[in-house]
Parts: sequence; C-alpha cells; structure tokens
Amino acid sequence: MAKLYSKKKLATQKMLPKKETISFLLNYSKALSIAKVGKLSFEFIAN
Amino acid sequence: MANQELSDAILIRKYIEGEESALGILIERHKSKIYGFIYSKINDRDLCDDVFQDTFIKVIKTLKSNAYNEEGKFVPWVMRIAHNLVIDHFRKSKKMRFQRDTDEYSVFSFLSDSSLNVENQIILDQVELDLSRIIDELPADQREVLVMRIHQDLSFKEIADLTGVSINTALGRMRYAIMNLRKVIEKNNIILTN
Repeated sequence: MAKLYSKKKLATQKMLPKKETISFLLNYSKALSIAKVGKLSFEFIAN
Repeated sequence: MANQELSDAILIRKYIEGEESALGILIERHKSKIYGFIYSKINDRDLCDDVFQDTFIKVIKTLKSNAYNEEGKFVPWVMRIAHNLVIDHFRKSKKMRFQRDTDEYSVFSFLSDSSLNVENQIILDQVELDLSRIIDELPADQREVLVMRIHQDLSFKEIADLTGVSINTALGRMRYAIMNLRKVIEKNNIILTN
C-alpha cells in the first residue's frame, strides 16, 4: 500500500463564508426595520 | 436543538414574525450550498463574501418588507438572487476592466498629469514676470496693440477701431512690438522657455 507523505488533506476544504460576514448579516438584520406607508417603504437602521 | 429540525418555511415565518434567531439557523443551514454556488462562478474568496453578503441583505430586506411569497422554495430563491448578483458583478467588471501594468503596457503612458509640478510652475511664473516687464518697456502705442491682440484676443479690425487708426497701422505696430521684444530678449539673454 502506498504511503501518504502529505500532511494536508488533498481534498478541497468546504467553502464557507467568513464568520465576520455572517456576524454582519445577523447584526444588520437585528438593526434593520422596514415600515410601509402606502406604496412607499422606509428602511430604518438602528445604531 | 428543536429549531434545527424546523423546515425553512416555518423558520421564515418565525423570522418575519420577529424571531431574529431563525435567520441565523437559515444561514447556518444553507451557507455552504449558497457560498459554494457563488464560488463556482467567482473564484475569489473576498468577492464571494461580498456577493454572499449582498445576497442575504436582499433576502433580509425582502423578508422584512413581507414581499416573500415563494413558500417551500427558499434555497432556489436565494440562489437566484445570488446568480443575479454574480451577473451584476461580471457586468460591472466588464465595464470597468481591470488593467494590470506590464513591461510593454502602462496605463500611465496614456494618462498623464497635465498640471505643472512645483519647479515648472516657478519657472512659468518667472517667464511671465520677465515677459510682462519687457512688454512694459515697449512704446505705449505698440504695447497697446500687443496687449489687445494677445491678452484681450481682439481682431486687428477691432483694435484699429478702438485705437482710431487704420488696420495697417495696427498691424505695423504689432510687428514693431514683436521686433522690439525680440531685440530686448536677445540683448539681455533672457530665456523665455519653460
């Protein structure tokens, strides 16, 4: 049986977004509120 | 733990009703599939993150404004948003093509800063000062024609009318003015070049 000398796995790692990106999205979602007045919609971002 | 088993449709409903944690579960559940989809089109991790973020910003805005109506098809819907954003990205990058400098090609051979550097500005100021001093030394009638022609950009007919002389006289005065300027410049070895 052939020996494996490489330490790293050759298979590509699972592609995942950065933690910061997900954290931003969750915080953005918490901060965002949308109000609809007639045909207009207003976005509010809470600081 | 129980939340992990809830269907996408229920999580979306909960999110619309105000349960923020439902979004976290949805992102966690589908991030790999959606990110992989984007990465298959754009082979750049940073750009992928940007598109992924923009995709979910659209998702959040749509859900929060109660405009979502594709029950049971959450992932295909998100994929479609991502796909459209990828197309937008390629459109933009096509319009603003990235050009890398090579040995044969440099963007700076086409673009140049037309404004003068400090040294050239000082030289130009000096040349203008010298020239205005020499012009001041000219006889009044010649100076008048020269200033009207060069600085005020008047035609010889207009100069003739304004000074009350014939066009030929105005032309003659201009000619003498230039000859006199040349004489003074040569005599005093004045360099009037930038």
